Amino acid sequence: MSDVMKTVLQVLSAAAALTSVFLGAWLGRKWAPPGSRYNARPVLLGMTAAALGLLALGNYLGLVWTPPEREMGDVYRIIYVHVPAMWMAMLALTVNFACCVGYLLQSSWKTDALAESTAEVGLLFGGYGLVLGAIWGKPTWGTYWDWDPRLTAMAIMLVTYVAYMALRRFVEDPEKRAVWSSVVGIISFVNLPIVWFSVKWWRSLHQVQSTPKTVDPDMTLALRVNAWATLILLTLFLLHRYRIALATREAEVALPEALPTDVPGPRDNHASEVA
Amino acid sequence: MEAPAAAPPPALALHDVSKRYGRRWALARLSYTLPQGRSLLLTGHNGSGKTTLLRLVATALSPTHGRVEVRGNDCVTQRDTVRREVALLSHASFLYEDLTAHQNLVVLARLLGMDAPADVAGELLLKVGLTKRSDSPVRQFSAGMRKRLAIARLLMKAPGVALLDEPFGELDPSGIQAMEKIIRELKDSGVTVVLATHLVEQGQALCEERLHLQEGRAVAA
Amino acid sequence: MRRGRPISLLKTVGVLLAKDLLIEWRTRARLNALIFFALATLLLFSFAVGPDTKVLARNAGGYLWLALLFASVLALGESFRVEQENLTLDGLRLAPADARAIFLSKALGNALLLMLLGALLIPVMVALYGVDVAMGVGPFAATVTLGCMAISAPGTVYSAIASNARARDVLLPLLLFPLIIPALLAAAKATSLVLQGDPMNQLGSWFGLLIGFNLIYWGLGFLLFPRVIED
Repeated sequence: MSDVMKTVLQVLSAAAALTSVFLGAWLGRKWAPPGSRYNARPVLLGMTAAALGLLALGNYLGLVWTPPEREMGDVYRIIYVHVPAMWMAMLALTVNFACCVGYLLQSSWKTDALAESTAEVGLLFGGYGLVLGAIWGKPTWGTYWDWDPRLTAMAIMLVTYVAYMALRRFVEDPEKRAVWSSVVGIISFVNLPIVWFSVKWWRSLHQVQSTPKTVDPDMTLALRVNAWATLILLTLFLLHRYRIALATREAEVALPEALPTDVPGPRDNHASEVA
Repeated sequence: MEAPAAAPPPALALHDVSKRYGRRWALARLSYTLPQGRSLLLTGHNGSGKTTLLRLVATALSPTHGRVEVRGNDCVTQRDTVRREVALLSHASFLYEDLTAHQNLVVLARLLGMDAPADVAGELLLKVGLTKRSDSPVRQFSAGMRKRLAIARLLMKAPGVALLDEPFGELDPSGIQAMEKIIRELKDSGVTVVLATHLVEQGQALCEERLHLQEGRAVAA
Repeated sequence: MRRGRPISLLKTVGVLLAKDLLIEWRTRARLNALIFFALATLLLFSFAVGPDTKVLARNAGGYLWLALLFASVLALGESFRVEQENLTLDGLRLAPADARAIFLSKALGNALLLMLLGALLIPVMVALYGVDVAMGVGPFAATVTLGCMAISAPGTVYSAIASNARARDVLLPLLLFPLIIPALLAAAKATSLVLQGDPMNQLGSWFGLLIGFNLIYWGLGFLLFPRVIED
């Protein structure tokens, strides 16, 4: 493949992904709120097609086009799915942290709904990445679990956010739930680097982190295409989950935040019967 | 236009106050003003929003919409000022079961920054007639005795506004009389009393104003 | 009627801490039960691992902190269960007591309780596991202090949250355990070094790590706790 072609691929995949993120944010405003009559079907289909197309291309590049790695041979190719999944998990949880801080500064059901969806989707990608990491560990270390610092830190991270989700399930009052889960979300996120450093100290046999510098440029290209494709997937998942979260809030607290007299509820009928 | 010269702020002002629990509105767009020097009787069935209203004024809760003001101080933005001004007698007694009556009062006296906490506590126990039991843990108290100790707690704050949620509940007839006497004394010393009770007759004898709540709204009684 | 003057944050902490310790003292049957629970945990480790004194001695640091961790869940849960009876936490808020002072007093109280437990467990470990405190009492006390404080600050925040949620007995350990793994690692490592000697001079860096955790957890708790208990 010529260098021009590679550059074109890089730029195209990045442009597709960033456009999708932008469209996703736009649909989040227009289409996700309950009762929206906006027809999002064409855009959603387009985004899905872009994600699947880029994933197919990325996996072709990863599985066929790139050379095998010097020491690990073909086994390393799992990084093309493992690493993007982990990146997306970190991205989603970073957004979750921003939402938690944002909610405490200015409470809004949208922030709370986004916090819920980012945590859940982040957990999904993180769990997927962790399983892939363990599968990768079997041929490289001879065992699924080697207390590798990164894997261990990831596992702890997942348990932390499972607890966050459990808290959300166990608190019925939506306002309290939003505040408390924000507090827990902030503490959990701040804890992530702490976990990372302490686990690394605890087990000082760590691999060098897989940044593009340490791998072949062709591998970088394949990894990037896969990462951009996964970003579109993440956007789609988040968008759908956010829509569900908003609908749930609607069922709980009657969005938009209307005053009692603006919502003709059962109470008003009852009051008029009495009067 | 000139503002009217230094009229005292109302003892209690509700500006379009709503409070929501989940989908249920415990208070719905309630507006009311209680002038300085008058006392208010809150009536209504169970679940009509009396307790929620008292807890809002006491700053135990924040309103979902609208503003609550006590003597011109906002219950959300000037929370600490309001907290020093009001005292709440609620269904829950705020008493530590494992501490004695005296210790319970001493803890509050210390929190309020009083000079001789033990003496203040002793005086109040005498006033509510619990001196004999002052060193028994609250866990051994009857419901009526807890109520009296809770009243002592309220009196210790020397509030400007006293919020009484069902003060006659769990009291025998003599206890009700004693409570009426205490409320009269509070009123005579210039305290604004807000009283929520099912005993409308006793309440009307004590309060000049009345607010009847139904499903979180003010209605004519 | 006399009126008092508003008191400072530190003084509020003092009043509340004294109140919590008084309650703890008056309900010392509960405290005794907690101590015996922690002792039983230590004993159980020796049964679970087997009678190999060498293994037990080598892992003593870890066992100590697991015993403290299990006990801390009970102690933390109890510290807010006390405040839920008769809604005394509301009583404190409305008194008014600064929410941050409530956090500091509860976290300090729980840390003191855990430190007491740690002090009681070490002689038992010497007897059961055959360890000796190679580096002396000073470093051991410092380790226990730092570790207990690192558990109690986030534990207090989470206990206040969990005490109001459904399934609170499950929720508190679920929230707390993954969070304090770093503190647990550092404390257990530091304890092992204190018990077995520190030829490589690593103890200082584990202490540094623990001090860092404490600053972060106490700072976050101080900032966030008011949002947890105020409406």
